[in-house]
Amino acid sequence: MSRRHLGIFTAAVLAAASLTACGGSGDDSAASPKTLTYWASNQGASLEADKTILQPELDKFEKQTGIKVTVEVVPWSDLLNRLLAAAASGKGPDVVNIGNTWSASLQATGALVEFDDATLQAVGGKDRIVPAALAAAGAPGKPPAAVPLYSMAYSLYYNKKSFADAGITAPPTTWEQLAEYGRKLSTGGKWGLAIEGANPSENAHHAFTFSQQYGGEWFDSAGKPTFDTPQNVSAIKRYIDFMAADKITNPSNAEYAQNQSVSDFANGKAAMLLWQSAGSNLKTQNMPADAYGVAPVPFLANPPAGGKKVNSMVAGINMAVFKHTKNKDGALSFVKFMTSDEEQTILNKTYGSLPAVKTAASDPAFSATEQKTIQETLVTTAAPLPQVPDESTFETLVGTAMKELFADAASGKPVTEESVKAKLTDAQQKMR
Amino acid sequence: MATSTTAPDADRREPRAGSPARGPVRRPRGPRRSLLPYLLLAPAVVLELAIHVIPMVVGVWMSLLELTQFHIRDWSTAPFIGLENYRATLDLNSAAGKELLHSFWVTLAYSLLSVGFAWLLGISAAVVLQRPFRGRAILRALFLTPYALPVYAAVITWSFLLQRDTGLVNHVLVDQLGLLNERPFWLIGDNSFWSLLVVSVWRNWPFAFLCLMAGLQNVPGELYEAAAIDGAGFWRRLRSVTLPMLRPVNLVLLLVLFLWTFNDFNTPFVLFGGSAPEQADLISIHIYRSSFKTWDFGSGSAMSVALLLFLLVVSAAYLLITNRRRDDHA
Repeated sequence: MSRRHLGIFTAAVLAAASLTACGGSGDDSAASPKTLTYWASNQGASLEADKTILQPELDKFEKQTGIKVTVEVVPWSDLLNRLLAAAASGKGPDVVNIGNTWSASLQATGALVEFDDATLQAVGGKDRIVPAALAAAGAPGKPPAAVPLYSMAYSLYYNKKSFADAGITAPPTTWEQLAEYGRKLSTGGKWGLAIEGANPSENAHHAFTFSQQYGGEWFDSAGKPTFDTPQNVSAIKRYIDFMAADKITNPSNAEYAQNQSVSDFANGKAAMLLWQSAGSNLKTQNMPADAYGVAPVPFLANPPAGGKKVNSMVAGINMAVFKHTKNKDGALSFVKFMTSDEEQTILNKTYGSLPAVKTAASDPAFSATEQKTIQETLVTTAAPLPQVPDESTFETLVGTAMKELFADAASGKPVTEESVKAKLTDAQQKMR
Repeated sequence: MATSTTAPDADRREPRAGSPARGPVRRPRGPRRSLLPYLLLAPAVVLELAIHVIPMVVGVWMSLLELTQFHIRDWSTAPFIGLENYRATLDLNSAAGKELLHSFWVTLAYSLLSVGFAWLLGISAAVVLQRPFRGRAILRALFLTPYALPVYAAVITWSFLLQRDTGLVNHVLVDQLGLLNERPFWLIGDNSFWSLLVVSVWRNWPFAFLCLMAGLQNVPGELYEAAAIDGAGFWRRLRSVTLPMLRPVNLVLLLVLFLWTFNDFNTPFVLFGGSAPEQADLISIHIYRSSFKTWDFGSGSAMSVALLLFLLVVSAAYLLITNRRRDDHA
């Protein structure tokens, strides 16, 4: 071959290689009916811990059906973005865990398999599922976009020793009491209440609960945002004021976004914490279960007209199947497996959450104080976050506005009705 | 910068295909000959199209659509809304427009300061290390460390250092030196801008150092000797020999650093975890938030296109001015 021919040949090879490089993008969706890809959310103390917990169950599923499930535990900070990318590209996992508050937002993309009655029947039947959990699996009036997997609710965790030392005999039942107790507990470098102030999602969850108690709503019946109503302003101000006015929260909490508030509670730096199923997390941080008490989240002592008796969102994790899966039957049988009584008991016991199916709830593991409190809240005083397509945007915008208000409070800037309203109005203007 | 050093070669080149061959050119005529250059260029062109041009065009197209979560699966269903996204995001009376403008000014200040300090540190270190002395190699390697560290690892370490209660910075300032009575916040509020700037300068200056050090190797020693004989002191030599000789390096270095800093996403993203405080709300983070966090890819793209245009204008103006000045000097 002459040098010139060699040159032409090389060029052609390079050109071809670059062309195929563009075309041959990886498709990690399972093409074979004997495999599935599963993105699990981070429920345990770490991503590794979750893998260790899930792998034996996946092996069991493989033994039963011959389908091999490859699991990837995705951290919460990435999960929504990755789901969105998978929805947009039509590539990615077959089965995923989603935060139940995102159900309607993800449903709107049209990328998730609809669980109509027939499909629900295929995964074990609609009647088995806890109704409150199913209500948080998609927009009302539409077939759910997911199936509930783990159920959770907010509770008030309090340090028994700190309470006893301060002469407090029972957990607070109203916010006024919580503030009063908090002031007693905020001495000697310790604080009354720990808050995850820089985490928009946590903030937004509290925004919902407080707003309900003040008689507010974040969306009207047409799904349009109503962020800056007087009720919502009062609600947000009440929450920020734990740091700004009551001074029962360490200003440092304004930069907490990596569950440092749970650590502060576990280490005794803060005496109270509002959290979902904190038990398993506290255990890994060496806080024994008898060191803390669990009580329902407080209410307002004198709720205004229209105020609702809601003290938690219906929190939880749902399981969804992507329409782009090439193994829908396998995916559905995996959902059925994960929501079976046996798996529900094993997994929820490990994670300290509650089963999303009624039939598994009778296991004695779910009658501990923490689980009983969660159960009671879910049945009586929890409400689902608005199941509208803009829900995830609400969490981001309002949660971020609250993060900024906490930053103001921490640096000593006054937090007033006006400043809260201005932030909420700004947030609302960014919706469309 | 891109001087046409190849110009004199042009005369020596082969005549173009199709034109009558002059002289003893031993080359078969025909299409194969003219194909070779294109084939050789093809991989670069294809990759350039795939990596730069097509995404850019798609980005411009996206900015004309109302691309929200309802349409993200199938873009063809997204309504074409023309310049509505631009109108909404660039409307300075709206909340979104005001924030974008604020973010723009923050980014501009951040870029200018960061590039300025990085360059200053880079030139100082390069000049100090120009002459051989014991331990010079160690210092050089040490100075380059921030550049060698992975961005994520380096910046997350900074975020630990800067935490209010548990961070090393406050530990040193408040507990050990007693310079401050109150523990200040570094990652929220007004200080966050300066924290971001410090981290950015720390990350960028080794690159300036590296380029300027390389540039200094090309300054002939005789020039310094001649200047010394003429009685020039250190500053005079710096001003009249070093800086003019480094001019070509500086021209590129400053532009590249500015573009990198202006578009910097990693540093604020890792330092503040996705949503930066308003005082440090860089435009790249702002666009990310508009697109991914609020699922409004249309307006995110509109902001990106506006940013692209701005940077194009700045770069073009910069090159035009610096080139003209060089022509004047020539």
